[in-house]
Amino acid sequence: MKRVVITGAGSINALGHSAPDTMEAMREGRCGIGELEFRDVDRLAIKIGGQVRGFEAEGRFNRQQMTLYDRFTQFTLTAAKEAIAQSGIEFHGDMSARSGVVLGTAGGGVSTWDDNYRSVYEDGKNRVHPFVVPKLMNNAAASHVSMEYNLKGPSFTVSTACASSNHAMALAFQMVRSGAAPAMLTGGSESMLCFGGVKAWEGLRVMSKDACRPFSANRNGMVQGEGAGIFVFEDYDHAKNRGADILCEVAGFAMSSDASDIVMPSKQGAARAMAGALADAGINASDVGYVNAHGTGTAANDKTECAAVADVFGPHADNLMISSTKSMHGHLIGGTGAVELLACIMALRDGVIAPTIGYEEPDPECALDVVPNEARDANVDVVLSNAFAFGGLNAVLALRKV
Amino acid sequence: MSIRDKVIAIIAEQAVLEPSDVTMDSTLESLGIDSLGLVESIFAIEEEFDITIPFNANEPDKSDFDITNVAAIVAGIEKLTAEKT
Repeated sequence: MKRVVITGAGSINALGHSAPDTMEAMREGRCGIGELEFRDVDRLAIKIGGQVRGFEAEGRFNRQQMTLYDRFTQFTLTAAKEAIAQSGIEFHGDMSARSGVVLGTAGGGVSTWDDNYRSVYEDGKNRVHPFVVPKLMNNAAASHVSMEYNLKGPSFTVSTACASSNHAMALAFQMVRSGAAPAMLTGGSESMLCFGGVKAWEGLRVMSKDACRPFSANRNGMVQGEGAGIFVFEDYDHAKNRGADILCEVAGFAMSSDASDIVMPSKQGAARAMAGALADAGINASDVGYVNAHGTGTAANDKTECAAVADVFGPHADNLMISSTKSMHGHLIGGTGAVELLACIMALRDGVIAPTIGYEEPDPECALDVVPNEARDANVDVVLSNAFAFGGLNAVLALRKV
Repeated sequence: MSIRDKVIAIIAEQAVLEPSDVTMDSTLESLGIDSLGLVESIFAIEEEFDITIPFNANEPDKSDFDITNVAAIVAGIEKLTAEKT
């Protein structure tokens, strides 16, 4: 079994257009959530989100690329470019043949669906652009990354709602660990902040109209975000031999399925995933210093997640820190675990724990150290990243300092 | 059909019961309607009466719309439909 390390990170989201900008915003506890701006937003009951601002596709991509790149693909390529540049990795010959890209997304090209449905249903047009299908398909982003960087090994997209990125990164980890691939590009992307995307979520009545306040007693729901997080997962020896800067090690993972309810979370399912990730990594629960929570800010998730953490860690649950950065960048659905991995890297590498902002009132059902409102300096060696999806599909990653 | 009868019909359908099994003091819980069923019932009521019910599943108790039992729901809808006209 190979050791697996992260040698490059890239991101774009409501907090910043790069991984360092995002981490700086997390350190400062900045909120990227604000008034949504897009067509027909006045017809929505939910008008806030973590929207990426100041991102112009023009100038970044040429005309031909623009006809093929949905916003979720644009985010992916922007983040991938940053990750590859930081890593310094190159894909030629055997490296190219065996390395691939596994990404997560829940909705794929949602705004392409939305724009074209509007065009044929509302505007009554009978013709759509010839590239609608290759633009909206869920694997479009993974395919464009493979083309851009000459990645000819295993490449595909994973779609498990809010756990998509964590499932994707777990699979990429497995491929590098097993020796099947020397390196993998992985992470996820989501761009659902358009009329149809938000309208669909609104129907479920779990969205907050004012703020995402995970673990706070007065929390009233989730807030959507958008963006991407992309990472280079690489065989440790390969990274070492080429003198790469190693951000941290991916030590283990576990996946579990609640097999119980299509939307309600399960304490047992979440606990099994966390305990499984520790077992896979060969790490004692008492060594974990930080948990990046799924922490959606809904009544159901946060109390269930805290109960699961208490079950897995026992008395040590009171020593560790747990925070939800969704309070700052919103819930990126299929891309969320990828952006949240930046908080894990920051904890391990910089010794800074990202806060849970918007925290106002303690909730006895979430009685853990949720790092309220302000980032904290702390030396941690091991962290977990949680993702628990609708459909009861859970994926947890364990990471450690190198 | 009165507001009351329409609401009872919607709730009965959601609970897979006969309307005669739904009384004014029935709670949604006692009828076997879970959180998803509640959200679906509210949607059906909004569609039937063309109203918007301020309901957030994260804080069902804080909502102005009382869902304690069928009588409370009917009263809430009567208020919202009256405000509409």
